[in-house]
Amino acid sequence: MSTQLLNDRDIEFLLYEFLDTERLLSRPRYEDHSREIFDASLRTAKTVAEKYFANHYEKGDQQEPTLVNGQVEMIPETKAAWQEFTKAGFLAAHQDYDEGGMQMPEVLVRVIMAYINAANIGTAAYPFISIGVTNLLRAFGSEQQKSLYLPLIMDGRANGTMALTEPGQGSALGDITTLAEPHADGNYRLFGQKMFISCADHNIADNVIHMVLAKIKDAPVGVKGISLFIVPKFLINDDGRPGARNDVVVAGLNHKMGYRNATNTALNFGEEDGAVGYLVGEAHKGLGYMFQMMNEARIGVALGAAAIAYQGYNCSLEYARQRPQGRLPSCRDPASAQILLIEHADVRRLLLAQKAYSEGALAMCLYASAVFEDQNTAPEEADRERARLLLDLIIPVVKSWPSKYGCVSNDMAIQILGGSGYIREYPVEQMYRDQRLNPIHEGVEAIHGIDLLGRKVSMKDQAGFNIFVEEVTKDLAHATKAGLTDNLVAGLKIALDTLCLTTDALLEQVKADTDKGLANATMYLDMFGRIVAAWIWLKQARLAETRISAGNCGDQDVAFYQGKLQAARYYIEWELPAVQQLAALLDSGNRVTFDMKDDWF
Amino acid sequence: MKILVAVKRVADYNVKVRAKSDNTGPDLANVKMAINPFCEIAVEEAVRMKENGIASEIIAVSVGPQSAQEQVRTALALGADRGILVQTDTDLEPLAIAKCFKAICDNEKPDMVLLGKQAIDGDNNQTGQMIAALTGWSQATFASEITIDGDAVTVIREVDAGLQTVKLKLPAVITADLRLNEPRYASLPNIMKAKKKTIDNTTPEELGVDTSPRVTLLKAAPPAERQAGVKVEDVAELIDKLKNEAKVIS
Repeated sequence: MSTQLLNDRDIEFLLYEFLDTERLLSRPRYEDHSREIFDASLRTAKTVAEKYFANHYEKGDQQEPTLVNGQVEMIPETKAAWQEFTKAGFLAAHQDYDEGGMQMPEVLVRVIMAYINAANIGTAAYPFISIGVTNLLRAFGSEQQKSLYLPLIMDGRANGTMALTEPGQGSALGDITTLAEPHADGNYRLFGQKMFISCADHNIADNVIHMVLAKIKDAPVGVKGISLFIVPKFLINDDGRPGARNDVVVAGLNHKMGYRNATNTALNFGEEDGAVGYLVGEAHKGLGYMFQMMNEARIGVALGAAAIAYQGYNCSLEYARQRPQGRLPSCRDPASAQILLIEHADVRRLLLAQKAYSEGALAMCLYASAVFEDQNTAPEEADRERARLLLDLIIPVVKSWPSKYGCVSNDMAIQILGGSGYIREYPVEQMYRDQRLNPIHEGVEAIHGIDLLGRKVSMKDQAGFNIFVEEVTKDLAHATKAGLTDNLVAGLKIALDTLCLTTDALLEQVKADTDKGLANATMYLDMFGRIVAAWIWLKQARLAETRISAGNCGDQDVAFYQGKLQAARYYIEWELPAVQQLAALLDSGNRVTFDMKDDWF
Repeated sequence: MKILVAVKRVADYNVKVRAKSDNTGPDLANVKMAINPFCEIAVEEAVRMKENGIASEIIAVSVGPQSAQEQVRTALALGADRGILVQTDTDLEPLAIAKCFKAICDNEKPDMVLLGKQAIDGDNNQTGQMIAALTGWSQATFASEITIDGDAVTVIREVDAGLQTVKLKLPAVITADLRLNEPRYASLPNIMKAKKKTIDNTTPEELGVDTSPRVTLLKAAPPAERQAGVKVEDVAELIDKLKNEAKVIS
């Protein structure tokens, strides 16, 4: 990949201007930190991303992992990348000092991951999931479990997996069938099959720690009967060394469209005597534990989507600036020199839309991370609670908007490259394939629509929703003061008012008939997403306007801020108005899709 | 063995530097700054010597503005033990920088001064040589391999004709070329540890160094823009132009 990873200037803007990350330095947890440390950490992240992840982005796709005699074989660069990631200290970056961590603020850790994701999303899956597993173990594991398994992962000797999905159950986890039988040794033996389990076997580390959802024999029906187990590939001796092989095996590898260097497996538990499993926390509370980690995981998936979109944007921008093709419609001289792609208005439209999606998605993910940070470390409990409510509300949007429009964005990158974009000699088709996973994993779009409309909006008397409206309203006032043009401010104001009316109408519809009321929830999610995205852009535009009118920026900075303003204009003038059409369908409770019958197809 | 290693704050190698519109120099306002890549190689070599038990202490030294502390800190995160910043807001010439180093050498009495062969901003390739002249120590520039042997050091130098091997007596001044090593990155734990290491601040005045410039900068201008080419009618015209206009064939 010839192109740069993300855009350092944009990262600087998002971290220090948009999110004012330096304000965190006054919180006791971060008193040892400084901007210098943040910047040095990001330099390291970029170096590791460029040297050890970007170096096999295409190769990992072209030579995907294979299963040979029960052993996974994969390109050796993967192991090096995993080792460098752990060696650099990223795995533990956000953890406490006394747990071997660096107490890095959440948003910094996210930017580190954004660079890694941008370099190679497939290989990034190994550390990404492992971080999730260490978080899960830290939060709910017993002291003994923590001391046995955490060091293994932190040192890179084992990676972690999340084994939830089964061949029969994906979105509907309540119906999983993997069985955990109590054993005389006080632990459990697991029997069953898991499907689509990422990174569950490889040759990058000696061991694999699976976090498995299963039902203990005679457990309550549905989600209230699910427990969480640790199932290591090799059992761990008391001295921490791998011991006997556990009864969990890879039944096969799935052959994916993208993310190919992340192995994706069907796992069999208990082909013989049962896989030894260790219960985490209390019985039947497993799904609850998993869900407490969900907000982080969902921001993480969205961040991957943002990074892939960003790379597509970078590649197509670079191409459009170099490739001469055709002439302006007004040009009558066929002997005149061809102009560059970027000089064509429609190519600029495609680029601007990608800019709005990719930079918007990254800004949205980092904003959500900053709210997550406040939820944990804001000095006042009232602020922590406010952040918690706001984050819970917007999480379905933060997961879905970058994933959905990331796909649109990567599609546009291909369009700019034309025929070249469609062939494997250029990287944009791989990005498109990689991106396509994001609206699927960590909850498909429809699930998030139902979560948003069926749960989040009405939660605690709409407390989260009301905070959201307050925040947007506050920013609208700031934007007016900063001198932002009326059409931007008014555009978002109208859309926000529409959202409030539509939300009221939909909640009534849900109350009257749950199934019918939630039938169009995905469209509501899209509507909400457009408003959150427009809001994130308005925040950036306000800063840009302020910086430009201060009049003390260099030429390059002025161009950077103009770009932010123009992307905000594009999004609010071109894409936000679709909210009105969605509102018309939703407010009236349009029944067309709901009433469609199976035998009419 | 004690090693003094030089680090310079320069515009990041990824930055496209532009000349100021008044032609007084490069426009560095809001430009991303970094440690000079050749200095990074020098730091790496020093750290490896320490890891191999050859060096006992590494002191990273920078001469520059207060913000150059960031680059000293980078060297500390890479493995240097402590830092010295000779603070000055004037853009010093190699001779003034070399004099600062001479003064620090007098105080610290290192066994080796390791530098990058040149900095990517001024491209002077002078500071190391000048330090050697001022201290009277032996020098080996453009090093691609350094081997310590008791109180001597063998250095393989990259020269136009190929590789040249020289043996020097310590103390010595050595400047690093590109192929000396591949620098490591600073791990997060080391970045945090670097914060606790000390950086001593001094100034050229305190070191008794006269920094008055010896060179006058007349003008800094961007390179001339490339002109559009011309179409030739036939091969004969092309050959004619190559012969008589470009004078690249005869």
